[in-house]
Amino acid sequence: MSYDNELYQQVILDHNRKPRNFHEMENATHCCHGVNPLCGDDITVYLKVDEAEEVVEDVSFTGSGCAISKASTSLMTNHLKGKKIDECRVVFDEFHKMVLGEFEPEKQEHHLGKLTLFQGIREYPSRTKCASLAWHTMVGALDKKTEGVSTE
Amino acid sequence: MGDAKTISIEKPCIDVDKIRADFPVLSKEIGGKPLIYLDNGATTQKPWQVINRVSQFDSEEYGTVRRGSYRLCENSTRLYEEARQKVADFLGAPTRQEIVFTSGTTQAINLVAHSFGRKFVNAGDEVIISNIEHHANTVPWQVLCEEKGATLKVIPVADNGELVMEEYDKLLTDKTRIVAVNHVSNALGTINPIKEITRKAHSVGAKVLVDGAQSAPHMKVDVKDIDCDFYTFSGHKMYAPSGIGGMFGKMEVMETMPPYVTGGDMIMQVTLGKTTYAKPPARFEAGTPPISQVIGLGAAIDYIGGIGMDKIFEYEKSLLNYGTRLLSDIDGLRIIGNAKEKAALLSIYLESAHPHDIITMLDQDGIALRGGHHCAQPTMIRFGVPATARASMAFYNKYEELDALAEGLKKIIKFFS
Ligand SMILES: Cc1ncc(COP(=O)(O)O)c(C=O)c1O
Repeated sequence: MSYDNELYQQVILDHNRKPRNFHEMENATHCCHGVNPLCGDDITVYLKVDEAEEVVEDVSFTGSGCAISKASTSLMTNHLKGKKIDECRVVFDEFHKMVLGEFEPEKQEHHLGKLTLFQGIREYPSRTKCASLAWHTMVGALDKKTEGVSTE
Repeated sequence: MGDAKTISIEKPCIDVDKIRADFPVLSKEIGGKPLIYLDNGATTQKPWQVINRVSQFDSEEYGTVRRGSYRLCENSTRLYEEARQKVADFLGAPTRQEIVFTSGTTQAINLVAHSFGRKFVNAGDEVIISNIEHHANTVPWQVLCEEKGATLKVIPVADNGELVMEEYDKLLTDKTRIVAVNHVSNALGTINPIKEITRKAHSVGAKVLVDGAQSAPHMKVDVKDIDCDFYTFSGHKMYAPSGIGGMFGKMEVMETMPPYVTGGDMIMQVTLGKTTYAKPPARFEAGTPPISQVIGLGAAIDYIGGIGMDKIFEYEKSLLNYGTRLLSDIDGLRIIGNAKEKAALLSIYLESAHPHDIITMLDQDGIALRGGHHCAQPTMIRFGVPATARASMAFYNKYEELDALAEGLKKIIKFFS
């Protein structure tokens, strides 16, 4: 069953139904809790970072929320595995700007890959936080924000 | 019951197409799809009759009110007071002096909580609300009770969305100072038995505020018959401009109340030593009011009168019945709130999809409804859901629009299953 509209595509549906890397991580080096009070999205992102190489070796998450937040987190975990910490921050920056409508992946060079799927959320400023929660939480983990992050 | 086609449709008692032609926004498209507007509980659209009246007033007749003896001002003041009379007639108020203009329901409830509350609610006293109130009829009372050391009591709600009246009886004591409940719940659509609630409150000497934000636009209201002490409403939910609303208040009660906001227009006389206050309603209308919006409110009441409230109620009821039957046939869909007496509002919960995903997906089909807690978080908590998607109807909605809603919801359920 396909639903032919821009935002809710098969990929998002698929990741909502079968989120990837959806588990706690026992040997995580970094971890952060993020909430989006608006939708009640509530996630925890786990990272395993090789500090010497500055590489994110593994990413996982747990939690619950709307389809956009769940799919966004799931796709993020796939996307960041094996990336350098610097690269993760660059993708965060591009993603964040894209959902706010400040970055156009069609026109600018980017490192977003499939994540451009979330571009449609620009039309719904009240929901951009659903898509960006995972990313804020990931950066919160890198920055060792023990108090967690909130989109409000 | 089978598919949608088998549900019988009552012939509308009003000419819906003719009415729709009065509302310019209803013929607009959203992303290439015709707009289906089902968020009337949040705010309603405006007919030309209101838009044009405000525009004409602003371009030809605008002047301040109550503050000058030149003709533009005299005329503006007359029109302003005529609008007050229209509101009085609309709500069945005995006199127009018992209508106070405010920016809307929120401000009207705050007025009563601050003015009446500050004077008459003291330590050890009790205030009663219900479990299905808008935050506008919850927070002001919480704040008041906290400040005064009074107790806030809550009428519980049954699983079907009706207030548990036996419990209400038990909550009433000789310490109850005021009972504040809505006429119609914006989260569930329940029409509450406010006449009975009022009679019982009066029997222990308590006053009654009825939040009429969701009832005034959709059913005949007679404050004399209800016998409530205050009845609040919002213009923007009844086809009038935003920023205007007000309340009915019994004169003998309002006369005992101190001002809430102070300044110009609410005084009898000001010397630097002492100020004496004007009689209601002026006492509660400090400052220059939203004049054009009041004129628009009057035009909206005329427009509603032109259709007839009895017909509006009957038609919206048939929309509710139709929508309820359509949605009840959908697997995995729950309607929250099934009171016997119910306004044309459907609070929808899908097992498979988050309410915010529902709203965004429906929007892509041009269907506008609200998803969230509807400023009624205690109600959501009571029913064990984080939020719902709410379709709230008005007399300009059509059966076909509910068909589209049902199809949209089925598509979403399939998508997420
Ligand atoms: C039952 C109820 N009470 C109060 C309000 C608040 O009205 P307003 O925002 O117009 O002040 C609303 C509107 O959202 C409502 O539905």
